[in-house]
Amino acid sequence: MERHVIAKTSEIPPGTRKLVEVKGRQIVLINTDGEYFALLNRCPHQGGSLFHGDLIGLTESTEPGCYKYSRRGEMLRCAWHGWEFDIRTGQSWCDRRTRVRTYRTAVEDGAALEKGPYVAERFNVTVEDEYVLIEV
Amino acid sequence: MSVIEEAKAAQPAKTRLKVIDCDIHPALRSASALAPYLAKQWQEHLRDFGIRARDPLNGRAYPPITPALSRQDSWPESGGPPGSDLNFMRKQHLDAVGVEYGVLQPLNPSGREERNPDFGAAVCRAMNEWQVAEWTSQETRLKASICVPAEDAEASVEEIALQAKRRDFVQIFMNPRLREPIGLRRYWPIYEAAVEYDLPIGLHVGGNTGIPTTASGWPSTYGENHFDQSTGLQVGIANMILEGVFVKFPKLKVVVVEGGLAWVSGLCAHLDYYWSRLRQEVPHLNMSPSEYMKQNIWFTTQPMDEPENRLDIVDVFESVGWDRLLFSSDYPHWDGDDPNFAFPATLPKAKLHAILCENARNVYRFETR
Repeated sequence: MERHVIAKTSEIPPGTRKLVEVKGRQIVLINTDGEYFALLNRCPHQGGSLFHGDLIGLTESTEPGCYKYSRRGEMLRCAWHGWEFDIRTGQSWCDRRTRVRTYRTAVEDGAALEKGPYVAERFNVTVEDEYVLIEV
Repeated sequence: MSVIEEAKAAQPAKTRLKVIDCDIHPALRSASALAPYLAKQWQEHLRDFGIRARDPLNGRAYPPITPALSRQDSWPESGGPPGSDLNFMRKQHLDAVGVEYGVLQPLNPSGREERNPDFGAAVCRAMNEWQVAEWTSQETRLKASICVPAEDAEASVEEIALQAKRRDFVQIFMNPRLREPIGLRRYWPIYEAAVEYDLPIGLHVGGNTGIPTTASGWPSTYGENHFDQSTGLQVGIANMILEGVFVKFPKLKVVVVEGGLAWVSGLCAHLDYYWSRLRQEVPHLNMSPSEYMKQNIWFTTQPMDEPENRLDIVDVFESVGWDRLLFSSDYPHWDGDDPNFAFPATLPKAKLHAILCENARNVYRFETR
């Protein structure tokens, strides 16, 4: 596992996302309410772009006419066929056999990063800023 | 647990199998972009009255969860809706997938179901002129479909006679849910013209004629309505067979577009069951209904059935017939199929080749490139 610096926290405020490339993989980085999630930008169904999909909540029901809405912004709906994935686990909601690859994320300040080890391919790390890292 | 870790490396187009895509949806950049192809009085009519179909959903059949009915990465940088920018379509679909020929199926605006019959015919004419001016004359891989105001058979035949002379057009575009069952004799002049000009009828799922999507009315949800559309095709082709359309026009080719595949064998078995018991009611049929199905009807593949055991789709292909299947992507629509992912990897290459291009080449008489 290598840790990669992929964004400044100031680049992706809550509710936004960024598409990054790490070791040849396209990865979607998502900020939901200050938490960072990273998923492979490739739907396991037909390869659709998850980066272009909508972030939605989880709507469940125990019986017709009953609605339970929770976890706003924690489900990612593929831009092609609408398959829903839990951004915490990558688990597909409708096909329990399928999940999209997820990556662990962390936030560290520039001062801590100066000690390494990490891979910062496109970033000049400065001590004043905070950074998002993922493990690949 | 299937975890996709790495993106499959894109193959260069020359090493891929050829693809003939039988369902591509071009779109106008805006509603007013049709105006240059309309006579002046109809330009004003379009501006002042607009299209007035009979669908009770009043144009809201497709909700915002699928904007423009399209995959969300298909909005071109140039600003128009998905399917409106030829260069973007080339980059995202024709070049990326390696399309040798693509059949355009223009859905909107539709003159096909317009309430004003003269405006309906004018919109069909304009959509046909637009396809040539902005698509087929700009991109030789693309071929057009003749839009016809099917409720007016005479106007439809006139439009077919006019456009069939141009090599830009490869089929006649119709929807299965007309004002009356599609096999009735009032529509036969269209089929006669189709045979005369050797053009298949592209029977694309849908229809905004006010006829409900189910035999018992309108469903509550979008998803159900989307599925129900395929039942319109099932009863439509059953009706064509039993009314004797293919007895009268044995050379007529019907391409069923976007209806699914798994139901075909069930429909054949059902129709044959009743035919064998009630044959005297339809003495004009010289063969069983399923034999007409194998003689006159082809099916596009999208939306591909996705059985739990992926290889079960091979049985579905077998039941429909390996020579009856035509690949279609439905680009740029959200429920489309990518030819690189839609088929099991173990499908024999010759069979895949037939589905991806050779069957369509035979039906539409495309030249090999």
